[in-house]
Amino acid sequence: MAQNHGSHNSANGAHDKAHNSHEGGHFVVPFKTLRNVAIALLCLTVLTVGTAQLHLGWAAAPIAFLIAFIKAMLVMAYFMGLKFDSVLNRVIFATSFIFLAVFYFFSALDVFTRIKEISTL
Amino acid sequence: MSTDKHQVGDHKHHFAHHFRDAMHEFLTTKEGIWLFMVTEVMMFGGLFVGYFIMHSNYPGMFAEGASHLDWRMGAFNTIVLILSSWTMALGIHFIQTGKRNQATAALIFTIFCGIIFMCVKFFEYKAKFDHGLLPGNFFHAHEFEHANLPMYFGFYFCMTGLHGTHVLIGMGLITWVLIRHLKGEFDGEYYTPVEGVGLFWHIVDLIWIFLFPLLYLVG
Repeated sequence: MAQNHGSHNSANGAHDKAHNSHEGGHFVVPFKTLRNVAIALLCLTVLTVGTAQLHLGWAAAPIAFLIAFIKAMLVMAYFMGLKFDSVLNRVIFATSFIFLAVFYFFSALDVFTRIKEISTL
Repeated sequence: MSTDKHQVGDHKHHFAHHFRDAMHEFLTTKEGIWLFMVTEVMMFGGLFVGYFIMHSNYPGMFAEGASHLDWRMGAFNTIVLILSSWTMALGIHFIQTGKRNQATAALIFTIFCGIIFMCVKFFEYKAKFDHGLLPGNFFHAHEFEHANLPMYFGFYFCMTGLHGTHVLIGMGLITWVLIRHLKGEFDGEYYTPVEGVGLFWHIVDLIWIFLFPLLYLVG
C-alpha cells in the first residue's frame, strides 16, 4: 500500500492510488453476459423488422429508433465494455452524443420553424 | 511474491519508456481509442443530421428512395454484423482467459462475417447501378416520381459507402491482430491492440444499428 509508493510525492501517491484500484483496467466480460446480449440484440432486430411490417404510420419511426437506441446501449455497455470501463471513458464517449444532440437540436429548430414554400420536388 | 510472474523481463510485451507501467500504457491507449470513437460519432452524426434535414424537406422523395431498398438484405446484414460484434467481444474474452484456439476461431469468424456483409453490400450496390439509381448527376433511372430522387441516393451511397469502408478497414485490422495473436503476442496481461480494434469494430456495428432502420425501414 502506502509504503510501496514511499518515493513518490503526495500528488503522485494520490494518482497511484486511483491507478491501483484499476478503474477501467483489465476487466473480463463473462461469456454468459456476452451470449445473452447477442441473443437480446438478435431478438430486438426481429422486433424492429416485425414492427416495420405493421406500417404504424407516424409511430413507425419513433418505435424503430427507440429499439435502435436500446440495441446501441447494449452494444456500448457490454460489447464495448463501458459498463465496466472508467468514468473518464464513459464521459468521453457521452460527450460525442451530447454535441450531436446540440447539432441536431439547432438543426431541428431551423427545420421546424422555417416558413415552407411549396416545392414541386 | 504474487507479482513475480508479471515482471517486465518475463513478459513478451515491453511497455514504452514514457509510461509508468503496462497498465498505465493500456489505460492511456484505450483512452486514445475512445477519443477516436468520438470523432467517428461526429463524422457519421453529421450525415445523420443532414439526412434528417433533407428528409424533413422532402419526405415523399425519401419514401420513394427507401422503397427501392430491400429490407430483407438490410435485416440479414444487421444479423451478420451483430454476430460479428459478438464474436469480436468473444475473441477478446478468450484471449483474456487464455483460450487461444477459441480466440483464433472467434477472430476468423468475425472476418468471415465482414466478408459476408460486403458481399451482400455488393449485390445491393450492383442492383442500384444496374437501375441507374445513383447520386446526383450519375442518376439515370427512367421511371421515378420525385425529381429530386438522386439526392436520396447521394445520402444512401455516402452513408453506406462510408460505413462499408469502415467494415473493410475493420476487417484489415482484425486480420492484423489475428496474425499477431497467432504469433502468440497476446495474453491476459497484454491485449491492447485487440481491445482497440474491438472497439472500432463495435462502432461499425453501432452505426449500422441506426443506419438499418433509417434507410431500410423508416425511409
